[in-house]
Amino acid sequence: MSLARAEPTMPEEHYLNSERGLWSWLTTQDHKRVGVMFLVAVLLMFLLGGCYALALRLELLTPEETVMGRLAYNRAFTVHGVVMVWLFLIPSIPTAFGNFLLPLMIGARDVAFPRLNLASFYLYVLGAALTLWAMLQGGVDTGWTFYTPYSTATGTDVMPVLLGVFVVGFSTIITGLNFITTVHTMRAPGVGWMRLPLFVWAIYGTSIIQVLATPVLGMVLVLVALERVAGVGLFDPARGGDPLLYQHLFWFYSHPAVYIMILPGMGVISEAVSVFSRKNPFSYRVLVWSTVGIAFVGFLTWGHHMFVSGQSTFGAGAFSVLSMLVAIFTALKIFTWLSTMYRGSIWVCTPFVYVLGFIFLLFFGGMSGVAVAVTSADLHWHDTYFVVAHFHFIMVGASLMAFLGALHYWFPKMFGRRYPEGLGVGTAVLIIFGFIATFLPQFLLGNQGMPRRYADYPEHFQPLHVASTAGASLLGFGFLIVAIYLGWALLHGAAAGRNPWESRGFEWYSASPPPESNFHEPPAFPHGPHDYARPGIEPEVGHAL
Amino acid sequence: MPSDGAARPVVAQARHFGDEAARQGAAHMGMWVFLASEVMLFTALFTSYALYRLAYPQVFHQGPHHMDVTLGTLNTYVLVTSSVLVALAIASIRAGRELAAGGLLAGAAVLGVAFLSLKGLEYAHHARDGALPGAHYAYAKFAIPGASLYFTLYWVMTGVHAVHVTVGVGALSVLAFRTLEGRFSAAYHTPLELGGMYWHLVDLVWLFLWPLLYLV
Ligand code: HEM
Ligand SMILES: [Cu+2]
Repeated sequence: MSLARAEPTMPEEHYLNSERGLWSWLTTQDHKRVGVMFLVAVLLMFLLGGCYALALRLELLTPEETVMGRLAYNRAFTVHGVVMVWLFLIPSIPTAFGNFLLPLMIGARDVAFPRLNLASFYLYVLGAALTLWAMLQGGVDTGWTFYTPYSTATGTDVMPVLLGVFVVGFSTIITGLNFITTVHTMRAPGVGWMRLPLFVWAIYGTSIIQVLATPVLGMVLVLVALERVAGVGLFDPARGGDPLLYQHLFWFYSHPAVYIMILPGMGVISEAVSVFSRKNPFSYRVLVWSTVGIAFVGFLTWGHHMFVSGQSTFGAGAFSVLSMLVAIFTALKIFTWLSTMYRGSIWVCTPFVYVLGFIFLLFFGGMSGVAVAVTSADLHWHDTYFVVAHFHFIMVGASLMAFLGALHYWFPKMFGRRYPEGLGVGTAVLIIFGFIATFLPQFLLGNQGMPRRYADYPEHFQPLHVASTAGASLLGFGFLIVAIYLGWALLHGAAAGRNPWESRGFEWYSASPPPESNFHEPPAFPHGPHDYARPGIEPEVGHAL
Repeated sequence: MPSDGAARPVVAQARHFGDEAARQGAAHMGMWVFLASEVMLFTALFTSYALYRLAYPQVFHQGPHHMDVTLGTLNTYVLVTSSVLVALAIASIRAGRELAAGGLLAGAAVLGVAFLSLKGLEYAHHARDGALPGAHYAYAKFAIPGASLYFTLYWVMTGVHAVHVTVGVGALSVLAFRTLEGRFSAAYHTPLELGGMYWHLVDLVWLFLWPLLYLV
């Protein structure tokens, strides 16, 4: 298929050039600019977390000390985890793409509370700065989960990190609140609930988790902080406290948080599968209700992180079964995507390659999730590289694939330019390959008993570690190429035109890049958001003046 | 094309909405979502309370005997009264009586300060007795294992609540001031309603803390 029929053009005035100067960006209330600022911020965090990842892999190249000592290793994996989880994966898709696209996709001129939206960005920056400042002060060695009583006893500087993550949590809550309100109150006439684009549904479900789970995390962080400062003893067995309470409250947030990371990705994939198969989703309703189901059941599974903590057998069994429910909803989605592709006229371009990568990795990672959710099996795998591989498959594999897919799919919308397609496809394949090479060996390592979070290891593990490090290098190289060609495209790419993918998604009805304030008046979308069955209706949309 | 955006009047503040009514609807919705998130914040604390109550039933039965029930109950009255004042203020502004609304809000804010003062008095008593949280616990009259946890929870729960009261007092004062300035009217008073919703939540949380810590 060719890109666009007529010579694509760029609108003369759009959100990028409507006002100029750094100050106009820093004080903007335009959801698109806020989205772009978030995009830049999370990409920077990804770069930082990625550098640490490479350092960790480098250290693990040989059984003894390679580039850093053990304390440094502990600190490095803590920075890596904290930055990747709290500052990249959790905010990435909702804040960058959600902010940019949500109003466009429901025909609104902005989010419900533009000023709060900007505040959310600054809170994120503040939280990130606090966190990183602590890292510069010498670093923290607790791991991203801050398990008590270690986190309340370690001599490293945990306070600023706790505070930083707390502040980022505020930013998350505000963003979620804003999106929920926007979806409820700002849909253009005719955009009913069952006409919402699937990405909007995904962001909506994610927002609900964010609003209801994050405060619990916030409170727990406050308690840990109080424990450090005032010795309040809630989690300290020596004072009669219970460290398990920390784990319960932490995972009550953090298990749903893994769905904060994956649900938006599922939304991206639902959009892209439909576009690049030129077909309506096999079942819009299944995709919607499984989103709601995952958002709901995600709250009931936290105990599967505590199978070996002395939980009651009944508790373990219950959490095991509830965890499987999530897998069922996920499987429903996977089947729906595959059925959508089946007999579609598939267009293999960069975002679609990431879609394939996503589905494969989600499937594989999800299956390993079911495996570790079996209590007896988890006794063997707990705290080994098997778990590391499981959550990297899901989080790095799936969430990151979705992030890259989103970046490539919406790049023309956001910046009005095209990137070199061939390079995009090639790099996507390289990244998926590098990814599998990095984490597949880790399943094997874990199964053989290699524990997580160790800088040194017995010699017979080395070949698999070398394979993993080699894969990580490929992965890093792939990201570098993406950065280069997207950077180039930003400045020199060909104009994309309004809708280069000929998508039926509502966001493509505005110009690319969209003008400030999106629409002059609420647009009427003449068909459903993924309606590829009846092509050819191209309505006029009144743009903002 | 639906006549929506064009037909209804668009207030400057509602630039990106259809009209002012839609904007107010959104503001209410946003506040409800925020309150839901606040409830989850306190849920973490109530969960901890329940857990330690199960672990140390004796402590939690005796704990209330070491509280100043009079001050606690007085505070309940103070907070409930202020909540009533806020409700009356909103009824007044809806009826267009701006002066009354402003006065009632100011009254509610003063009661909020009264609440904080009484709480401070109580804290001072506890501190004098040595009933401090965790490591600093030195209250000889209540020294069974787990007693310090009871007081830890007491300090944390009422402390977090007091932070909310403080924020609320600030918000009510600003709202009272602006109401007296004449910024709100029967036609436009959304911020008052939002502030009121927040204050009612603060009140409601106390209505749970009070029996748990002082009575049962
Ligand atoms: C769909 C997205 C998913 C994500 C993003 C995800 C993420 C994670 C993460 C981050 C961890 C490790 C936490 C740590 O640092 O200790 C983890 C562990 C775990 N996951 Fe998943 N997971 C997902 C799906 C699933 C599913 C579908 C199941 C079960 C059916 C599952 C079951 C588990 C279990 C049981 C553990 C604990 C293993 C252990 O510590 O021994 N996960 N997951
Ligand atoms: Cu989990």
